[in-house]
Amino acid sequence: MAKIYTFLKYLFVILWACFVIAPFLWAISTSFKDFNSVTSGATYIPWLQFEPTLDGWSVLFKPGSQGGINIVGPYFNSIFVTLTASIISIALGTLAAYALSRYTFKAGIVQNNDITFFFISQRIMPPVVLSIPFFLFLSTLGLLDSLAGLIMVYIVLLMPIAVWIMVDFFNRVPKEIDETALIDGCNPFQAFFKVVLPNSIPGMIVAGLFCIIFGWIDFFFAFILTFTNVQLLPVKIVALNSSITPWWSLSAAALVSVAPLIIVAFVVERYLSKGNLSGALK
Amino acid sequence: MSLQLGNISLKPTEQYHLNDVTLNFEPGKMYTILGRTLSGKTTLLKTIAGLQSPDSGSIHFMGKDFLSIPVWERNVAMVYQQFINYPHLNVRENIEFPLKQRKMEPSLIDKEVSDAIKKVGLEGFEVRKIQELSGGQQQRVALARSLAKKAKILLLDEPLVNLDYKLREGLREEFKKLFKGEEASQSILIYASTDPLEAMQLNGDIIVIDEGKILQVGSAKDVFENPANAKVAEITNDPAMNLNNGTIQDNKLIFNNEIQFDLPSNLQSIQPGDYQIGIRATDIHLDENGFGFDVDISEISGSETFLHLHSQNIKCVATIEEVKSYEVNQVVKINFDTSKIYLFKESGELLHSPFKS
Repeated sequence: MAKIYTFLKYLFVILWACFVIAPFLWAISTSFKDFNSVTSGATYIPWLQFEPTLDGWSVLFKPGSQGGINIVGPYFNSIFVTLTASIISIALGTLAAYALSRYTFKAGIVQNNDITFFFISQRIMPPVVLSIPFFLFLSTLGLLDSLAGLIMVYIVLLMPIAVWIMVDFFNRVPKEIDETALIDGCNPFQAFFKVVLPNSIPGMIVAGLFCIIFGWIDFFFAFILTFTNVQLLPVKIVALNSSITPWWSLSAAALVSVAPLIIVAFVVERYLSKGNLSGALK
Repeated sequence: MSLQLGNISLKPTEQYHLNDVTLNFEPGKMYTILGRTLSGKTTLLKTIAGLQSPDSGSIHFMGKDFLSIPVWERNVAMVYQQFINYPHLNVRENIEFPLKQRKMEPSLIDKEVSDAIKKVGLEGFEVRKIQELSGGQQQRVALARSLAKKAKILLLDEPLVNLDYKLREGLREEFKKLFKGEEASQSILIYASTDPLEAMQLNGDIIVIDEGKILQVGSAKDVFENPANAKVAEITNDPAMNLNNGTIQDNKLIFNNEIQFDLPSNLQSIQPGDYQIGIRATDIHLDENGFGFDVDISEISGSETFLHLHSQNIKCVATIEEVKSYEVNQVVKINFDTSKIYLFKESGELLHSPFKS
């Protein structure tokens, strides 16, 4: 009975993996095709069914003057904006979450939970609602179409995630640990930096993972708040879609854009599998 | 040198309350705060440590106003009921943490830490991670950390309650030894407990607390023999002392208008009237010629059996000196040792104790 169960479990996981991997395989195969191979019906295996070419890839790294698309600039813009916004969001979010978890705030009827909800409510609204205020806000500051403006907007979008995850994390850390640090001669800042923070790394990794994913995949705000000066990767990729869609380079660009997330997932997976994320504090 | 609390009060919120607490602690002595869960023991300890500020009242230690000193400068030590250590540090780093925080000489730190590790019997575990230790060992680390500090005030908040029975017995003996050393004569030890037996075994001064109020302060013997009121008698006995309404009239002692005894000789001088009658579970015994009671529950505890009994108007718990199981609703014959009876006024105050001649 147990064997059948294990067999079914693995069978399901394998089928599911095939299902998930299929679009990637399709994108990989398409990225090596040219116009004729793409338009002459479904083909899968290179050399046998179609003649592979590197044109779809090489065009991505050629400058525009040579007829290329050059995604290198947008690529580094995306990395820079996502990482900067994520790091600032985690730093500020962790501090805010610690305060919300450990201290009681009260202004009229507004209490800790309301403040936490206020943070999350930024994510509950449809992004369209925020687009006009953000646009006006950045245009007043003269930061439209700039990396700094995008980073500011992304911090607004990512910090709620960090606050939310870290409040939950700190609520599960016994406050007696902070108290013991105080009793052992730490002032509240030392207690936070010497005792609480070193034990919060697992939570910060999870929060960082979410921030990086949500920052990296954002198309909407990058599309609305930038024009020509600054371009982020998702906008650049979608912009490839012209009268004749270059499916080959579109596929290649999509694969390149997913790569960092896959690397991040592999790095974090090692922490997850070690059980470091859950069992650090009980 | 003494620690004085003056009229400490803390407004009742969800779980914290202290009501006009005035206490005086002398160095070199061990105090046990005995009270039920949520009676204010932890709040009292946290107030002394400085983690909680009272709404009113004063705390003075060695002549200094303690309330104006923040926690991190008070130099107290505290061990919690939960095993609280720093999970990112190993055993040795955990113990030296407060000493490093105080910027002690490195050579001195080494000596103090090694001493503390030896005292709690954790030699060989210095570089272990906290998560790799058993509960008892984790609590030893917490204890070693508070010992290494050589704090003038050591607060222990039910430190043994989460350990299994065997470890608890062992550690409690070690506690008594540790706090009899010469350094202990300099410091004030305050131990909070819910367990009357533990409080008696520790044999220090007992402070009985209930609903944030101090009910009685005295030696273990004193609190046991002369509980200040009916509440203290309930809290300081396990099972709680049986309390029933009673009347003295016409040289008779009547329990709840139901059972009647001749007035025992040591109660002859008591005025007739209505009282609360207290009798310990151990002073009720099986007797063929006694009164019939129905069994509610029987619990076996070690070599004894606790019988929860009721008759028409009386509820009581009796300790039977043997292990035997009883059916629910089975009728047992019991009798009361009336010479061991306590009398409390209807307001709760102690009127008569069998130990008072």
